[in-house]
Amino acid sequence: MVLLARSSTKAFIAPPKPCAVSVAIVERCVEVSLGATIVTALPEGAAWIEAGRALVVADLHFEKGSAFARGGQMLPPYDTRATLERLAALIDQHEPDIVVSLGDAFHDGGGPARMGENERVLLRALVASSDWIWIEGNHEGKSAETLGGIARETLQLGALTLRHEPTGAVNEIAGHLHPCVKIAGRGRSVRRRCFAYDGARMVLPAFGAFTGGLNICDAAFESVFPDGAMALALGKDRVAPIAAGRLIAD
Amino acid sequence: MDDGLEPFLPPRFAAWFAGRGWRPRAHQLEVARRAAAGLSTLLIAPTGAGKTLAGFLPSLIDLAEIAGEAPARPHRLHTLYISPLKALTTDIARNLEAPVREMALKLRIETRTGDTPPAKRQRQRAHPPDILLTTPEQLCLLIASEHTRIFFEDLRYVVIDEIHALMPTKRGDLLALALARLKRWASAHIRIGLSATVADQESLAEWLVGAEPSPPLRGGQGEGGRSTVSASDQLHALHPLTPSPQGRGGTDDVVVQAPAGAPPIIDVLDSDARIPWAGHTARHALPEVYARIKQARLTLVFVNTRAQAEMTFQELWRINDQSLPIALHHGSLDVAQRRKVEAAMARGDLRAVVCTSTLDLGIDWGDVDLVIQIGAPKGAARLVQRIGRSNHRLDEPSRALLAPSNRFEVLECRAAQEAVSEGAMDGGGPRIGALECLAQHIMGCACGEPFDADELYAEVISTTPYASLSRDQFDRALDLVATGGYALQRYDRYRRIVLDPATQRWRARNPGVAQQHRMNVGAIIESELLNVRLANRAGGAGAGGRRPLTPGRRLGQIEEYFIEGLTPGDTFMFAGEILRFLEVREEDALCVRAHGAENPRIPSYAGGKFPLSTFLAERVRRMLHEPKRQRTLPPQVRDWIKMQKRRSVAPAPDDMLVETFPRAQKHYLVAYPFEGRLAHQTLGMLVTRRLERLGKKPLGFLASEYAMAVWGLDPMGDLDMAALFDEDMLGDDLEAWLAESVLMKRTFRNCAVIAGMIERRAPGTEKTGRQVTFSADLIYDVLRQYEPSHILLEAAFADAGEGYLDLKRLGALLARIRGRIVHKDLDRVSPFGAPVMLEVGRVPIQGAAEEAILDDAALIAEAMS
Repeated sequence: MVLLARSSTKAFIAPPKPCAVSVAIVERCVEVSLGATIVTALPEGAAWIEAGRALVVADLHFEKGSAFARGGQMLPPYDTRATLERLAALIDQHEPDIVVSLGDAFHDGGGPARMGENERVLLRALVASSDWIWIEGNHEGKSAETLGGIARETLQLGALTLRHEPTGAVNEIAGHLHPCVKIAGRGRSVRRRCFAYDGARMVLPAFGAFTGGLNICDAAFESVFPDGAMALALGKDRVAPIAAGRLIAD
Repeated sequence: MDDGLEPFLPPRFAAWFAGRGWRPRAHQLEVARRAAAGLSTLLIAPTGAGKTLAGFLPSLIDLAEIAGEAPARPHRLHTLYISPLKALTTDIARNLEAPVREMALKLRIETRTGDTPPAKRQRQRAHPPDILLTTPEQLCLLIASEHTRIFFEDLRYVVIDEIHALMPTKRGDLLALALARLKRWASAHIRIGLSATVADQESLAEWLVGAEPSPPLRGGQGEGGRSTVSASDQLHALHPLTPSPQGRGGTDDVVVQAPAGAPPIIDVLDSDARIPWAGHTARHALPEVYARIKQARLTLVFVNTRAQAEMTFQELWRINDQSLPIALHHGSLDVAQRRKVEAAMARGDLRAVVCTSTLDLGIDWGDVDLVIQIGAPKGAARLVQRIGRSNHRLDEPSRALLAPSNRFEVLECRAAQEAVSEGAMDGGGPRIGALECLAQHIMGCACGEPFDADELYAEVISTTPYASLSRDQFDRALDLVATGGYALQRYDRYRRIVLDPATQRWRARNPGVAQQHRMNVGAIIESELLNVRLANRAGGAGAGGRRPLTPGRRLGQIEEYFIEGLTPGDTFMFAGEILRFLEVREEDALCVRAHGAENPRIPSYAGGKFPLSTFLAERVRRMLHEPKRQRTLPPQVRDWIKMQKRRSVAPAPDDMLVETFPRAQKHYLVAYPFEGRLAHQTLGMLVTRRLERLGKKPLGFLASEYAMAVWGLDPMGDLDMAALFDEDMLGDDLEAWLAESVLMKRTFRNCAVIAGMIERRAPGTEKTGRQVTFSADLIYDVLRQYEPSHILLEAAFADAGEGYLDLKRLGALLARIRGRIVHKDLDRVSPFGAPVMLEVGRVPIQGAAEEAILDDAALIAEAMS
């Protein structure tokens, strides 16, 4: 069953008021609700929407290594492969009908052209295995479409709106901010990638191998989550919900 | 004094000495005589022996002659002086002023450091001074600039100060490579090294002189070309390859030894108070320390960590009934604050300064007549260096007092006292040059004068640290510089250096790349620091409602990793006060004074901790075993050892004692290797992993300088100790642990920055250390997964061998104790075990701990709704 609305201009309908935070730990994952839709935060850093059998990943930043190499910093040329292999494993496991890349799939517009041949073959095969949507990011624009799939500015998935840059709208899933958390305890602190969630909207962690993170306490999150967000932190093999009060700034 | 040497001194110089009522010292004349004969010299001299003048005498004599012959001498650099400390260059310039002025020598002496303004730098390039005083980093920068050959072509002397401190470091590696470049450009110059007393003069002399560049060797030598390198292979590669001294004569004839001064008088404080079982504060000894301060003119009170400095300073002031001016000096304090303390010392306004290694080296700020070491000295050479800070007259003995802070430290202090009185020293052995430094040097050369790879290889292996570098390793380093050195050759079109088809020489691809390199020169990686600031609450006092904080006065800087471990509200000691941590805002850690807080909650931060040296450790082990060496120990300590013998055993020097015993529903295993905290920490991590696999469910471990303790819920007495401590833990266990080790990631990051893979800053944009760390961790993970034999991982591993993880020493320990483990299964804790148990604290198991923090913090839905 595919709940994919093929028009990106279709306006979303906001529910009368934002839904309350609802969080349930289910094995390694955390299920939250956005409006009436259940969204599962996976420990790998992707979101699963069972209603549409959709797998959503944000900020893949393929070819970040080569982008830096061009500027004189020879980062390992394995980031694209590392990211793709993790993505391929997820797709194998969940067999989604739709895969949505929430933008910034490539580190820059020249990324697809720089991609190594093996990686290109692997990515094309993944794209062909399902309905593949490239939400356009500020880094790469439409350039990823050359690898198959469809590029869009936004995507309506049932009641949910998926876009790259979060607007703060209700029932929105976005990326762009690369949220991460820092928590301290036992004489030290841990910094992990995380989902940011407040009951009405969600920002996904960056999925790419070399992508850094922005602390969820940063001011950039305030306009998206006016009442603050809780973090669903990525542990080694599970997702840990962390209350807003435990979060510390960098 | 050998008068046969004196005629050598030109009349003008002889008259100057006479006019001051001095006679030149034999070693000063010998250095000058050798210089005139074109011989390089390593001068070993204690403080107060006129070392600086000896180093510059040849230059001054030569310059006086040249000026006499040809008054219109073109401006060319004659002497290059290199010091590890920026401050020392200014100080030396000032000290040279007097002789130069009084002998009316026409010459120009200038400094060049990071603080030298661009205009002056340019002028120095166009019109070099006769003598340039600078640092290793500035020399590297000069080499990475264009047309530098001309600048150095007329160079006659290179004087390297505190060479013993530079040699065993990465800065020393870079300097050795830079010196080899100078040798190519100005082959006639000679080198004068100035050093404090060291254990291994031979190595130092060899390092100074290097070898003549030998003809390049083609093809890989032996070890090169490995396709996969496991951690254990890398560890074996760490064990020093014998440097090949081809083309090198003996080095005995390079060393000039100044007569040793009067032997120092070292006392160990036999405190009347009870010597504590554990801890590092030496609080019990401070009343006696204060009494000694009262008797002396100016006392330097050395401690090993900044936290100890803070505590000692507070405690001394608490008992300072005469309000003696006692100051505090350590690396975290604001620079302005440190400068103030130094000036006050120089004016004679102070009676004591509590300090860390910040005052180990460098300038003499005042007339120090007593040095007190609080806590164990950790090494004999360090102790001698510190004692040398007092009483700079050769014929009078320096005075020092050692104040051990616990029972094991009493042994260590005694061992150090013995070693110094025997003139025995600890040394690190020969150093293998770091690959990341080589990479930086190769890039620097390409940015300066384009190079031929064969020539540069020959030049590199003429240095001692790189004497055993294979051509294959060199080529890999070259490839690292050019394209990142990856098996998957993806970056060919982005090369940082290119081979010029016409000249067959390597050069930087473009000026931008060269500029980028120049911004990243050097081997000093500052840890990320935060400003510690007192915060003010906006508005007046009022009930309820939190008012916003505003950052106020800056107290100093602190390592970010320390602050990262704090939760808001924690108290700690800093800049002589107890502070309450509130929050981090950008680069500031905001704090308030914790009024009424007796003891800070977080007691220590690790700045400036050195592990116990191998040499002293061995002496301590001998002392524990031989009753006749224990005669001079305080009775409490003797009783403690006696009791240990009765209840367990005092192990023989080459044995390792392992005790197992139950205590408070837990079961403990304590090993006593005496190999220093870093090696014990790594051992603890690895043993814990192994116990986990054996199903012993270890709960935690602790490493001290002397011992390692691990504990769990099940008895440990039935373990096969030989198997538990088998050397094979350096194989797969190590491999697996390194994958997630925070220390390893930090090591990798430093190597990547030095090698130029990660920028420390790009022109125009100052990148914060925090961003670098984060991306470096990700890069480390990916590289380990996809190219585990990459040269930079090899470099990081070699670095870990010496640095944070001390794998080299751990490897030597495991080899030493093979078949020599003495296991005692006890029914309760032994006397040696007690100090260890007292330190057993909140040390969680690596790896599991991070998840546990998440566990601690994880809350479920009902808490939120």
